[in-house]
Amino acid sequence: MRRRHARGRKAVDLAVRAAASLAALLGIGVLVLILAEVARRGAPALDLAFFTSLPGPPGTEGGGLANAILGTLALTAAATAVGVPLGMLAGVYLSEFGRDTRLGAAVRYCVNVLMGLPSILVGLFVWTVLVVPFRSFSGHAGAAALALIMLPVVARTTEDMLALVPHALREGALAVGAPRWRATLIAFKAARGGLITGVLLAVARVSGETAPLLFTALNSPFWPRSMSEPVANLTVTVFQYAMSPYADWQAKAWGASLLIMAAVLTTSLLARTFARERTR
Amino acid sequence: MNATRPESRPTPPLAPRPHVADRPVADRTAAADAPAPPKISVRGLDFHYGKQQALFDNNLDIAANRVTAVIGPSGCGKSTHLRVYNRIYQLYRDQRARGEVLLDGENLLSPATDLIELRRKVGMIFQKPTPFPMSIHDNVAYGLKLHYRLGKAELAEAVEKALRGAALWDEVKDALDRPGTALSGGQQQRLCIARAIAVRPEVLLMDEPTSAIDPVATAKIEDLVEELKKDFTIVIVTHNMQQAARVSDYTAFFFEGRIVEFGVTRQIFTKPVHRQTEDYITGRFG
Repeated sequence: MRRRHARGRKAVDLAVRAAASLAALLGIGVLVLILAEVARRGAPALDLAFFTSLPGPPGTEGGGLANAILGTLALTAAATAVGVPLGMLAGVYLSEFGRDTRLGAAVRYCVNVLMGLPSILVGLFVWTVLVVPFRSFSGHAGAAALALIMLPVVARTTEDMLALVPHALREGALAVGAPRWRATLIAFKAARGGLITGVLLAVARVSGETAPLLFTALNSPFWPRSMSEPVANLTVTVFQYAMSPYADWQAKAWGASLLIMAAVLTTSLLARTFARERTR
Repeated sequence: MNATRPESRPTPPLAPRPHVADRPVADRTAAADAPAPPKISVRGLDFHYGKQQALFDNNLDIAANRVTAVIGPSGCGKSTHLRVYNRIYQLYRDQRARGEVLLDGENLLSPATDLIELRRKVGMIFQKPTPFPMSIHDNVAYGLKLHYRLGKAELAEAVEKALRGAALWDEVKDALDRPGTALSGGQQQRLCIARAIAVRPEVLLMDEPTSAIDPVATAKIEDLVEELKKDFTIVIVTHNMQQAARVSDYTAFFFEGRIVEFGVTRQIFTKPVHRQTEDYITGRFG
């Protein structure tokens, strides 16, 4: 029998390894470039006024985006307050009650479709049901659009995390006479770390969304006073300011981008710590 | 059921009744007792996983305050049989039981059975310890709080009693706030026993309780079983024949979903009636 030389296999191994490493480096490299560029351009805009003042009239220097920062926090909080409980309940249904049922399979399919839906479609949908009938853009509509984006993400994570909890734990709870919902609560407790991670990632995801807010919360140069009016927010501000002809606004758009990026990064890092706690 | 079908054995008419037909030998305390009604009587129990039948016409009497061991090769239906007694199988949509399982004369398979009360009366210990993600104290208090209204002092007392009953108190009395999951495997299993006995059940089901823990911890749990049978009726599924011989008063041998032989443990292990039992016990298969 003729021996095959190892040389060929080694060459292929080297080539695959090199290609994979290169691709990985490229990904990381692009990320680092973005981070560096946003930080370099955005940092100068982040002065005290940026966090404390309203924006000035178009074309004037100075002012800040305090209203948009507050608005984004309010929209994200409202979306989280609606999207997370609904998503978690849907996840509980999928994992605990509808696991092998037809309805469960249908819901799971819908959740997957919803997750893949372009966010601008979610914005348009909310526009038709919450903006057009009330004849006004509003914070409510913006929060609803964001919640709709969170819902499938949270539902999926909840289902996945609960699926990781061994059946034995639920049986253990049932075996001492716990009703079904209490056994589910035990499973929830066991999956706590993963669930927090999922929620934080969903929050990070929606806090950077622009498209669903364009037709819903819109934007505003004023302080957010009511969720029934258009609400200022960072992402749409970035969109508008970046396309404006004013250098000061463009600088502010960079500043706002840096702020969003930092917030998302922090949230993801928090999520990672919780995830690590879970696996410990 | 081939072993005890009326036509194959003239007497007794149903499953062998240990109290009557197979009265334990003289050195067993059981012999001194007058024949008491069995704690649990299984009559004509069939079990299905979906379309697949796993138990066939099981008939069995479980004596009160005795240890009954259930042995047999893997997949013979031991655990399935045990999981009918507290209806834990109902967590799964496609599992069905048919027949009668009488607990103190009441058919627990009846739809009218209150599952929560049934599971208070019939506790269960699983193959893998299942400590809840909470403190040692809260693990034991969990079931207590479900079933009883207790003041703080009463609760503390009941938790201590249960932990003592599970021979764990001395090891954890200074660490009741620590998470139950931080204990060793053997300790976790005794924690689960404490949790189960805290609600004052009448029957304890043990589904291979020592198969996931080391020999020293196993010995502790076996001693505990001996201790626990004063207060509880115990049914223990085990893969370990020595364990069955050591801890049980009666033994049921399962094979392919049927109860092939049932009787006093010593007799099963020294003079089995059926060929299959003998083959299994002597290690020729399984």
